[in-house]
Formats: sequence, structure tokens, C-alpha cells
Amino acid sequence: MGDFGQQLFLLTGTGAMLIITGFYCILVSRNLIRTLIGIELLSKAITLFIIIAGYMTNRTALAQSIAITFIILEVVVMVVGAGLVIGVYSKSGSINARVLQGIEGQEDSRE
Amino acid sequence: MTIIMLLLTLLVLSALITVMARTLIRSAIALACTSVLLTIILYVLASPVAAVFELSICAGLITVILISVISLTKSDSQKDAVAAAKGRLKRFWYLPVLLIAVGIGLYFAPFHAVFVTAPIETDAGIKSVFWNMRQFDIFGQIIILLTGVFGVAVLFKERRKNG
Repeated sequence: MGDFGQQLFLLTGTGAMLIITGFYCILVSRNLIRTLIGIELLSKAITLFIIIAGYMTNRTALAQSIAITFIILEVVVMVVGAGLVIGVYSKSGSINARVLQGIEGQEDSRE
Repeated sequence: MTIIMLLLTLLVLSALITVMARTLIRSAIALACTSVLLTIILYVLASPVAAVFELSICAGLITVILISVISLTKSDSQKDAVAAAKGRLKRFWYLPVLLIAVGIGLYFAPFHAVFVTAPIETDAGIKSVFWNMRQFDIFGQIIILLTGVFGVAVLFKERRKNG
């Protein structure tokens, strides 16, 4: 195994560890903001994987443009998630996921 | 080689700190540190443009968004916070053990040979790829950006009506 292969092995292993960390954060935490942080860790791992794929096949330009697209979409996901967290907080007064289990749908009173 | 090993170790460590940190502010700052380390790794992997985007958007804008969300929402009462901090360590100490186990398992796994690949070709510059090869998925990107904008507009409109 050459030096190049060992470097790629290290990079991919780190990406796998980042994915494990993000999934653990999403699964275990009960705070909604921590769930957003877990999604963020997952998307960092995916950015790393895209760039590794480009580096492996020597197509860094294509990989960079896809990574830039992904980073922009990541911001959209984060902004909509943040808006949802703020909406949930103003509705129920808590950002604990355990509290949200008892919420039921509400009929619109204007109908 | 040693530089990239050091950077990757620091990346995993800062991701671990992000998950294990007790307060949300510390967690957000550790996430920004993860972004900075990922930026350096991307630069080492010959992708400077993506590295700049990662630094300015992930380490800058997303930290601002997270910190404003944390300051706009108030966490539980003091008693609940103490109880949650006590329970947290019980739920989160599995993560370092899991990571160390996965690291050892990956190191001794027999698929090192898969990663022996040679570079196949060189490609065009990023400018030509970005502006000439991607007419189709730019449309998807624009649609998703508009979805984000309208989603935030609807959410905040509803919030003003209720409050």
C-alpha cells in the first residue's frame, strides 16, 4: 500500500467517524438546537467526502463546484431549521423534544 | 503526511467536543472550530475555493445563525438544567468509546487495498466547470434557495400573527 492509499484511508476513516458523531448527536440529544448541530456535523462529513472523491480521481474542479453547491444548500437547511425551532419555541415555550411529544394539532379558529 | 494526521485527529476531537460540551454556546463555538479545521484540510487536499466557502459560510454565517437561535430561545429552568447536565454525561459517554472502537476496527480492517487508486486525469479549471458544465443543477439550486426564503417568510409571518 502506497503513501497515497494510506492517506486516503485516513481521510475516509475520519469522515466515517464524523458521520458516527453526527448520528449519535441527533439520536441521543433532546434539545432541538443540538439536533441542528448534529445535522451540521453530518454535512461537514459529506463535504469532506465530496472533496476526497475529487482528490482521489484528480477532478478537484468538479468536486469543488459540487461542494460549494452543497455548502449553500446546507445554509438553507440551517436557516429553515432555525426558523422551525424559533416557531416551536414561541408556540410551546420549550425546545425540549420530550415536551413536544404531547402536542396535538390545532383547528383554525377562523373557519 | 504527519500534518494531515494531526489535522484529522484535531477534527475528530473538536467534533467530539461539539457533541459533549455542556452549554449550547460552547457547542456552537466548537462547531466553528471544526469548520476551521475542515477548511485547512480542504486546502491541503488542493481545493482552495471550497475551503474559502467553508470558512466564510460554515464558520461564519452558521455560527451567527446558531448563536442568534440560542439567544432567542430560553432553555429550561435552572433546576431542569442541572438535572439535564447530570443526565447528559450518562447518555454521552458512549460516544468516545464508540469512536475509539471504530477507529481501532478500521485500522485493523482488511480493506486497505481498496484505497490504492491512481489519479486518472486532470480536468478543466473551476471557472469553466462552474459556469459551463452545470446549467441543469443551477436550476435546482435556485429552486431550493427560493424554498428556503419562502419557508422562512411563512414561519416568521405565522409567529407575528400568534404573538
